[in-house]
Amino acid sequence: MALLSRKDSKLILDPLTDDNPITIQVLGICSALAITAQLKASIVMAVSVIAVMAIGNVVISLMRNIIPSKIRIIVQLIVVASLVIMVDQVLKAYAYELSKQLSVFIGLIITNCIIMGRFEAFALGNNPWRSLLDGIGNAAGYGLILVIVGFFRELLGSGTLLGYKVLGDPIEKTGLYALGYENNGFMLLSPMALIVIGIIIWVQRTRNKDLIEE
Amino acid sequence: MEHIELFFKSIFIDNMIFATFLGMCSYLAVSKKVATAVGLGAAVIFVLTVTVPLNWLLDQYLLKDGALVWLGPEYADYNLGFLSFILFIATIATMVQLVEIVVEKFSPSLYNSLGIFLPLIAVNCAILGGSLFMQSREIETFGLALNYGFSSGIGWFLAILAIAAIREKIRYSNVPPALRGLGITFIITGLMAIGFMSFGGMLTDGDEAPAAEVETQVGSQNEYIQKDNTEKTDGDAKLSVSDVSTLTK
Repeated sequence: MALLSRKDSKLILDPLTDDNPITIQVLGICSALAITAQLKASIVMAVSVIAVMAIGNVVISLMRNIIPSKIRIIVQLIVVASLVIMVDQVLKAYAYELSKQLSVFIGLIITNCIIMGRFEAFALGNNPWRSLLDGIGNAAGYGLILVIVGFFRELLGSGTLLGYKVLGDPIEKTGLYALGYENNGFMLLSPMALIVIGIIIWVQRTRNKDLIEE
Repeated sequence: MEHIELFFKSIFIDNMIFATFLGMCSYLAVSKKVATAVGLGAAVIFVLTVTVPLNWLLDQYLLKDGALVWLGPEYADYNLGFLSFILFIATIATMVQLVEIVVEKFSPSLYNSLGIFLPLIAVNCAILGGSLFMQSREIETFGLALNYGFSSGIGWFLAILAIAAIREKIRYSNVPPALRGLGITFIITGLMAIGFMSFGGMLTDGDEAPAAEVETQVGSQNEYIQKDNTEKTDGDAKLSVSDVSTLTK
């Protein structure tokens, strides 16, 4: 027996490819760019966003029939801000150095367009179970792009992944460095994240011709 | 004079879009025509100029460590810093509502052309980012906070104006189909960001404090570059890496 019905599994799988929040819906780009110089930071940010989105979607969905329409943006902001405060405190407690690195970008999850966008588009009109799946799906789609960008930037920029030197040691000149390879320090600078995402969009739209504009 | 230094630093070196990519969603969505871009940019300047000083007051008298001393000496140990997010976002939402009312009254055509994007300024990363950076960089006086808000807004305005102008022109270029629209905009923004990094050389006359702020933000980048530099024992000058590290300072 399948764990999720076909409609429900679409909620999780679609945002990973065809309906990706970053490359298709063009949401949540702000934090996707500045922190992806290291794979570890990307993973932590992705997990934080998944947590905030999943719980937030469920909370808003549970309250959907009692929120007056005029103040719904304020209510959404309060829910997200509270969840982000909790995530921030957890990070400060269990991963202090990483939280110093991510600094203001954890706070900026509040204004992450994906979260508010999904609240408006989905959670306000659907039951909690489907909202949970939608939240997880979209945040996972966001997280996927973050991890891909972080992977390439860290690998090409400093030759490490999650801190482990995978291409050899640049000082001792072992591994790939013995052949004359040098780290592309440019990749560690933020503009390259934009260009990597541009290339991801290019690859995605070449594979799926329906997404091409005009 | 530190006001002038902060002014130029926030517009060119710490540009909201090109250095920290805040406010990208509305930047990408509204930059198809120069006219709407100018309108949105002006609204962002206004909202930033108003909210950053207000949030500075909140931070100074409510949220900082030991800020509640004005209530009485027994409150010196209280730290309400964890409420920053909620209080900042509340001031921002209120101010944006105000801006909406003002724009609707004085310029209905601008109000109509901006549409949904005006209330969306409330959730624009750039606005909250401005306040959060003001807090994390510990800006000292009200005047500096006002300066910072205004100049960050101008930086954002400059960025969206530039990309809107380029996007209008690029309609006549031969962009590959899969890159049209969003893809090429990302790449152009990336190239513009690289260009703006050249301004990094403007203020490197021995200022330790600005270097430290940038480093906490981009700590990860410098970490790897610095490690390579300090572990070097032979005289090989890795020119590309050391040049890059001075650019990011």
